[in-house]
Amino acid sequence: MDPVWWEYIPYILQGAIWTFTLVGGGLALGFAIGVPVAMGQKYGPTWLKAVLDAYVWFFRGTPLVVLLFLFYWGVFPVLLGIKLDALTTSIIVLGLRSGAYQSQIFRGALNSVDEGQMLAARALGMTKWQAITNIILPQALRIAIPGWTNEYAIILKDSAICFTLGVIEILTRTRYVVISTGEALGPFLFAGILYIIFTYGGTKVFNIIYEKYHIPGLVGKGV
Amino acid sequence: MGFWEEFIPLVLHGAVNTLWVLVISIPASVALAIALGSARVYGNAPIKAIATAFVVTFRGFPLVVTLFLLFFGLADLGIYLTPYQTATLAFVLCGGSYMSEYVRGAIRSIDIGQSLAARALGMTKFQELIYIILPQAIRRALPGLSNEIIYQIKYSSLAFVVGYEEIFAVSKTFISRYFMPLQVFMVDAALYLAMTTAAAYGLRALEYKLRIPGLEMSIR
Repeated sequence: MDPVWWEYIPYILQGAIWTFTLVGGGLALGFAIGVPVAMGQKYGPTWLKAVLDAYVWFFRGTPLVVLLFLFYWGVFPVLLGIKLDALTTSIIVLGLRSGAYQSQIFRGALNSVDEGQMLAARALGMTKWQAITNIILPQALRIAIPGWTNEYAIILKDSAICFTLGVIEILTRTRYVVISTGEALGPFLFAGILYIIFTYGGTKVFNIIYEKYHIPGLVGKGV
Repeated sequence: MGFWEEFIPLVLHGAVNTLWVLVISIPASVALAIALGSARVYGNAPIKAIATAFVVTFRGFPLVVTLFLLFFGLADLGIYLTPYQTATLAFVLCGGSYMSEYVRGAIRSIDIGQSLAARALGMTKFQELIYIILPQAIRRALPGLSNEIIYQIKYSSLAFVVGYEEIFAVSKTFISRYFMPLQVFMVDAALYLAMTTAAAYGLRALEYKLRIPGLEMSIR
């Protein structure tokens, strides 16, 4: 007799480690890319803006699964001549794509910081760079937290698409269970509910961060 | 036959299949979104609860999981959907749920005075919704809906997981014959970029066409 699917729940749950490696890596890389891209788009020279706009357009307009295959089979091995494993490729692709989205979140946040703040900082003798890092960014990063919460929910659900490269995250493991037990409804429903729980749990964590760093009166004045 | 002579007709066939899903799923998603969004603001307690549970479920499930559930999960219950039906239904359930949030937000953003005035003129709650609230709310929700429509175009590439022969599915099979992944997937990217960029311009034109000068100010 085939084993029943719920005996494999611990096995599926172990996939959460891989899922959160993808999510954490993708978000962190996306952050490292998104913040400078947004600053370049707002404060950079015209040629740089054009390059960054093209980057954002490409990664926002192409489906994730196409990007994963393009990088895993094309860009890394053929174009750059390096062989990366599925997990590393997935994190890099999620990060590049999230960077494009996050840059738009930060651009909105940078734009919502009042123009007068920059002028005041310059009037006090700060350089443009000092004004950005000491005055504008601390405010913009706080304003961007709700947008980042959304990005977490999106990247969590998109991490499931990395099953196509065989990263052994939640969905890949769920499919193994489906194949070995011959039952599909239970395992896939379980996986779906797991993603809902992780979405709401993670959103709660981001809301706590938002409250912790919240400056009363900041949001609403600049916007 | 060479690589390009074989690949181009094949991928265009895939593109036609992609569009064939989207022409049904996009309007159906918008219709479902309007129904769900309205139900969550105007419905009675049980209807609200059902609509909310529906939205929480299909926004919470990754689209791939919904696709697998409809295709393999329903088969456990003796319901067999074709890949085309699965893809269309999954996009409508997922897209409709995401879009309904914009409709709900837009309905709630409309001044309560509009509702009171409609009722004072003797309209029923349903007439008020259809003739007064929705024509304004849908215009307000349109930028958000446009975004979701563009998402749906991109996520249509996931239909390959249930074996639907769209752009990505045919490309994936094709590289096992000619191993030219860079060219194949760049063509895919170009097709999706063309579709999303065209949709973005088209939807912006639609927003402009439906715009009522001064409406934005009056309903704020």
